[in-house]
Amino acid sequence: MSASTLFELARGVASGAIRVVDLTQTLAPEFPTIILPPEFGQCAPFRLEEISHYDERGPAWYWNNFTMGEHTGTHFDAPIHWMSGKDLADNAVDTIPVRNFIAPAAVIDCSKAAAGEPDFLMTVATVEAWEREHGRIERGSWLLLRTDWSKKPYADYAGLREDGAHTPGPSPDVVKWLVEERDVHGFGTETIGTDAGQAQHFNPPFPAHFYMHGRGRYGLQCLTNLDQLPPKGAVIIAAPLKIKHGSGSPLRVLALICEART
Amino acid sequence: MTEPLTPPKRKNPLKKTRGPLNPQGARSRTAHGLTMAATEGRFALQRCSDCGIVVYPPRDACPTCLSPRLPYQEADARGVLVAETTVRVSTDPYFRERMPWRVGTVRLDIGPVLVAHLHGDLKEGEPARLELKLDKGGAPVVFALPDKDTPHMQDDPQLREMTCDPTFRRVLITDGCTPVGQAMARAFSAVGSSIVFVGVAQAWKPFQGMDALRAIERVEIVPFDITDTESVIEQAEQNGGRIDIIINTAEHIRAGGIIERRGIGVAREEMDVRYFGLMRLAQAFGPAMRFRGADGVNSATAIVNLLSVYALMNWPVYGAYSAAEAACLSATQSLRAELRPGGVRMVNVFFGPLETEWFQAVPPPKVVPSALARAVIDALKRGLEDVFVGDVAEDVRARLAVNPKALERELAG
Repeated sequence: MSASTLFELARGVASGAIRVVDLTQTLAPEFPTIILPPEFGQCAPFRLEEISHYDERGPAWYWNNFTMGEHTGTHFDAPIHWMSGKDLADNAVDTIPVRNFIAPAAVIDCSKAAAGEPDFLMTVATVEAWEREHGRIERGSWLLLRTDWSKKPYADYAGLREDGAHTPGPSPDVVKWLVEERDVHGFGTETIGTDAGQAQHFNPPFPAHFYMHGRGRYGLQCLTNLDQLPPKGAVIIAAPLKIKHGSGSPLRVLALICEART
Repeated sequence: MTEPLTPPKRKNPLKKTRGPLNPQGARSRTAHGLTMAATEGRFALQRCSDCGIVVYPPRDACPTCLSPRLPYQEADARGVLVAETTVRVSTDPYFRERMPWRVGTVRLDIGPVLVAHLHGDLKEGEPARLELKLDKGGAPVVFALPDKDTPHMQDDPQLREMTCDPTFRRVLITDGCTPVGQAMARAFSAVGSSIVFVGVAQAWKPFQGMDALRAIERVEIVPFDITDTESVIEQAEQNGGRIDIIINTAEHIRAGGIIERRGIGVAREEMDVRYFGLMRLAQAFGPAMRFRGADGVNSATAIVNLLSVYALMNWPVYGAYSAAEAACLSATQSLRAELRPGGVRMVNVFFGPLETEWFQAVPPPKVVPSALARAVIDALKRGLEDVFVGDVAEDVRARLAVNPKALERELAG
């Protein structure tokens, strides 16, 4: 590794030999947020208030104040978000070592299996079948679950029914296995949370949160454009805001893909 | 016979919209006793505590015994129209546009003679009943009606200047996801409003009564989130120029006082929905409504704000909620002054605990949403400004008038 490798990277990005894919949903007021029972505290949706717009409030400039929760829109989950990760070292967005914000990704395409099946669960068998085709997941990779959920209209995207949300996610077994057997960097989804819509009824409840954060791994959710990523080879840049003691943060998630081999 | 109202013709887009004007509105402090009665639809006059005569117009000393003790009291409103005249020419800009205008003198059975605006079905020599009304500018005036109801009497042109009748008007209900919002939609559809826009926030979130709401005649569901400035502005851009009445049903009801709330997250939501929500609504829709205050049969006429009666005095069992409602009430008082030049009325409808899930643990009496909706329609038809719905609201209002400190202590439990 030399300085010229890094320069090569920058030149590749500039020339388009390395393609940059935006995996981020636009922060907009109407974008669905997680919904808890109304007696619980709620994650604030994104809201924008103009400070001035070339008007009497500021004649030559336009700017806004915005408000939202740490878990609004495309966002990063830090280990401290879950009680299983509350006592780990460097578990909040301000203390996570910054090198952890850049990591490769394995992308498992479950879009066909999940189509028409909102309660689809990715299992160990799903991942093993993927590995037979694409090889073993390299340790330290993000595991990104592609379902094409990001393409759905909001009502289907949120999937809310009388008995709660119905959106795809991982089974408890596969999350534990990914952490223990594949040593993944974290887990990312297109849906509102890293867990399946019905995951409060799993054992343990919300296994993606429980196991990932319990072992110091990270979460990414509300991702989009996963269909543009190769099964292997993409590098993810996902750096959350440096919020003091923050449990997570909205962020811009970028993927770097090598278009042409040199 | 009153000519029944017909659906208004479409506006000629080449003609200038008639601007709002108000009749002369100055009143003495003493005369505001009439204002207080008119805003609530009561008929009250001064009665001398010493010699017992009923006094009109309002005075600071009794004209017979010179006593200064002249409290307002509920009074018998029956009398006879002794003389009438039709004004055909006026130098007053407001009345010039509304000629001919009938006025007359009514002798009340209890004594005084009053100059009153006349309903078209009331003729000289006939028995009359008087009401105190608020005119376009919110000033109290005496209005004489026939003693018995006549067909379509609410459609009388002079009476309509004092009321906010929802018939043929276009209504926006700000939140249709709640039982109260849905009861309003049913009531305004039934009363003949020509379009009932019903706001639904976060359309991706299903809610109870959704299908029934969609099925109501003349209901049009529109995206509307009172906590989202952009959403409110978008709706105003879309339909703001043709909304004549707004019913603000947006609510945020949670039990609990101040100390036991951990943090201010929920309080922020309460303020966002109730205080900032009303502000967003007024900023987005207020200018067009104020401009359209004299725009024919379906002129812009009222913003109705539903308010907890605990806006008037905090109920610590719902302490933080009461505080947010109080902020909202204060905003309506400013809005009233701001809307008045446009002839648009700010109506506050106060209620006690509702028969809804957020007052589950509160014992009856509670107000059912349909009763609240009936009260809103009634308030608009009569042109009221302050309405108290149900036993609890009326009780709080009565106790507040007598001894606010006693009410504060009693609500503290």
